[in-house]
Amino acid sequence: MIRWLVAAILLLFGRGKPEPPPTPGLPPRPTHPRAELLALALLALVPGAVVVFAVVYFTSANTQLLGLTLGGAFAFAAAAAALAANRILPQDTHVEERPELDHPVEQAEVEELVAEAGEGVTRKRLLVLAAGGAGSALAGALVLPALSCGPDATKILSESPWRRGRRLVDEHGEPIAAHAIELGGTITGFAEGADKERMASSVVVVHVRPDELDLPPERTGWAPEGFAAYSKICTHAGCAVSEFRYPLYDPTSPKPALVCPCHYSTFDVSTGGHRIFGPAGRALPQLPLEIDGEGHLVAAGDFSGRVGPSWWGVRKS
Amino acid sequence: MVGGAEELIRKAVRALDERLGSAPLLKKTLRYVFPDHWSFMLGEIALYCFVFLVASGIYLTFFFKPSFQHVIYHGTYAPLRGTEMTKAYESTLQISFSVKAGLLIRQAHHWAANVFVAAIVLHLMRIFFTGAFRKPRDINMWVGLTMLGLALFEGYAGYSLADDLLSGMGLAIGYSVLMSIPVAGAWLAALAWGGPFPGGEVFIGRLYIVHVLIVPLAIATLLAIHLAIIVRQKHTDFRGPGRTERNVVGTPLWPSYAFRSLGLMLGVVAVLFLLGGLFQINPVWLWGPYRPDLATNGAQPDWYIGWLIGALRLMPPLEIHVFGYTVVPNAFFGGALFPLVVFGFLYAWPAIERRKTGDRARHELLDRPRDNPWRTAVGAAFFTWVWLVFVAGSLDQAVAHLQLSYVQQIWIFRVAVIVLPIVVFFVTRAICRDLQRSELHPLDRRPTRVRRGPSGGFETIED
Repeated sequence: MIRWLVAAILLLFGRGKPEPPPTPGLPPRPTHPRAELLALALLALVPGAVVVFAVVYFTSANTQLLGLTLGGAFAFAAAAAALAANRILPQDTHVEERPELDHPVEQAEVEELVAEAGEGVTRKRLLVLAAGGAGSALAGALVLPALSCGPDATKILSESPWRRGRRLVDEHGEPIAAHAIELGGTITGFAEGADKERMASSVVVVHVRPDELDLPPERTGWAPEGFAAYSKICTHAGCAVSEFRYPLYDPTSPKPALVCPCHYSTFDVSTGGHRIFGPAGRALPQLPLEIDGEGHLVAAGDFSGRVGPSWWGVRKS
Repeated sequence: MVGGAEELIRKAVRALDERLGSAPLLKKTLRYVFPDHWSFMLGEIALYCFVFLVASGIYLTFFFKPSFQHVIYHGTYAPLRGTEMTKAYESTLQISFSVKAGLLIRQAHHWAANVFVAAIVLHLMRIFFTGAFRKPRDINMWVGLTMLGLALFEGYAGYSLADDLLSGMGLAIGYSVLMSIPVAGAWLAALAWGGPFPGGEVFIGRLYIVHVLIVPLAIATLLAIHLAIIVRQKHTDFRGPGRTERNVVGTPLWPSYAFRSLGLMLGVVAVLFLLGGLFQINPVWLWGPYRPDLATNGAQPDWYIGWLIGALRLMPPLEIHVFGYTVVPNAFFGGALFPLVVFGFLYAWPAIERRKTGDRARHELLDRPRDNPWRTAVGAAFFTWVWLVFVAGSLDQAVAHLQLSYVQQIWIFRVAVIVLPIVVFFVTRAICRDLQRSELHPLDRRPTRVRRGPSGGFETIED
């Protein structure tokens, strides 16, 4: 034990091997015993931190302690390397010439070599044109398999599960009783039996006072007793329109409105989903509602427009 | 012991040289000179982040399941037990809670992506404001810009894989921007998703292979080209004593630069592990699983996507319609046109400057920002513009802190993104000219440098 201690002390504070005699004519390199000692200490801390890291890993596996010990181990090693680079190792400044990039002679030679291909060819332009055409045709042929990656876009975008008489169900598949939604409340409904994940499946039903509604004449009766349903997918960027502004506070909120939390497009629910703020360019599609004999919400037809984010060729309303 | 190592090195050098003729190349490599400036380290930080991302990413693939199959969660995180979710989200939760050190690696990976893009952007700004993109380095700026674009996409694809609520919302926005592209948008979206949004097994399989193989491979290839061009052309340098357009003055690779770079690499790894362990990032268990009918208020993406959210939010409700049919949907302007303009400007900048100045010469010595007031002013205005749009992406966070309504803030920013860059242009140009003038001799307005001689007196150096 004592012999180890002596060895360690010698290792740390010993003079080290004597330097070889300096090259004649050059000053001897300066030595940095203190920096070397510090680097040794830092290097000794690395396995220490790794041991603690291992202990943490095999016991609590606490994320903070793992990060602290592993990061610490790397930090000690980084400090030792930086110390070596900036204090211990020779700090020589070297000068190197940059390569010449410009080779006028070779440039001309390359041009000639390339031009050699055209010597003796009589219908050069025609051949080049034909080759270009052939190349484009090949590229075009390779595009076709890429079309198999997806279905016909027009079919996806026109599909909707909503028909007259289809019930609205909640996320557990239970039909929605209209009077379970209190005034100023909302609920998310889905087309009964449809895949909930499709953009056209979900609607947000809001309950406002019937006298607050001012729907366009062709939508008379679409919101019986003040229950109005709109597509839950924002027409701007496809997020769920999940915020409902109600009750109202006059200075800021003149109208009951649905708000998308992604880019804050705001849609007026009383006039048929028209945008009143934010970047959306299209109204939120409205779903006509009926209340059936058991008091459940039922669709009275399909949406007033196409659901989801806009695309080239979609009808504005 | 030291003698043994020397013997080993001697043998290895000989053995390699006898087989590959490598000694001359090795000698040249060890003496390769790196000019010194702290700002030359930014690209190196990005490089080490990329290495870290690949290594930590490989580890995560051992546990992550890229699948949209639905399961009921029965794992260790009690608040979500009994919740229906996809295997992708379930396995992300498992990495976070059940794999020992899994959360550390996952968070360090996420942090590394953020630091990676930050280092690239700062590196890009250094290149821009010092004129390092001038001939012969315009070609390498284009390689770098392409890597930046890929890095942004790679990060987006990465955090979209987890299939938590935020990642699903991000994918919905990405889908909408793709849909908004004139003429082909709806078809491109159908091709990319392989069906209607949110897509099935086919889609997450594609997203996964893009994130773990295709984009990393593309970045690695471009990285190799980027570095090979640097080796060929050698690094730029600032003006200084003994430095000319035809030489490089600095630290040789061996020994000090190699150790400096090793220290930087270890330091980057240390910071990433400390961040990953001590600073929570993207706690997916709090957001819950995604479904298209769900969204949360106050959602924020990773910082490097913030400029696109800002553009989408700031854009006035402009759409182009013909006879009641949509031609250009609104999401196109903020989500597609804006990044196209930003990247287009940066790709075109070397040519724009060449046309303006008529300077076609090779440049190895860098400008300080003040040396070229016009470039610095244009760059400052440009980055101010992008930065303001970036800040606009988190205005909803500011509503609670500033007593301003969201609507008011949006209007302030719509004006500011137009007015402030113009102001910044003129102010920056004036500052640069003033700094230039401050270096001139007050009487004859000629650049003056003074040196203290060995005798203690001062003498003027004539340039």
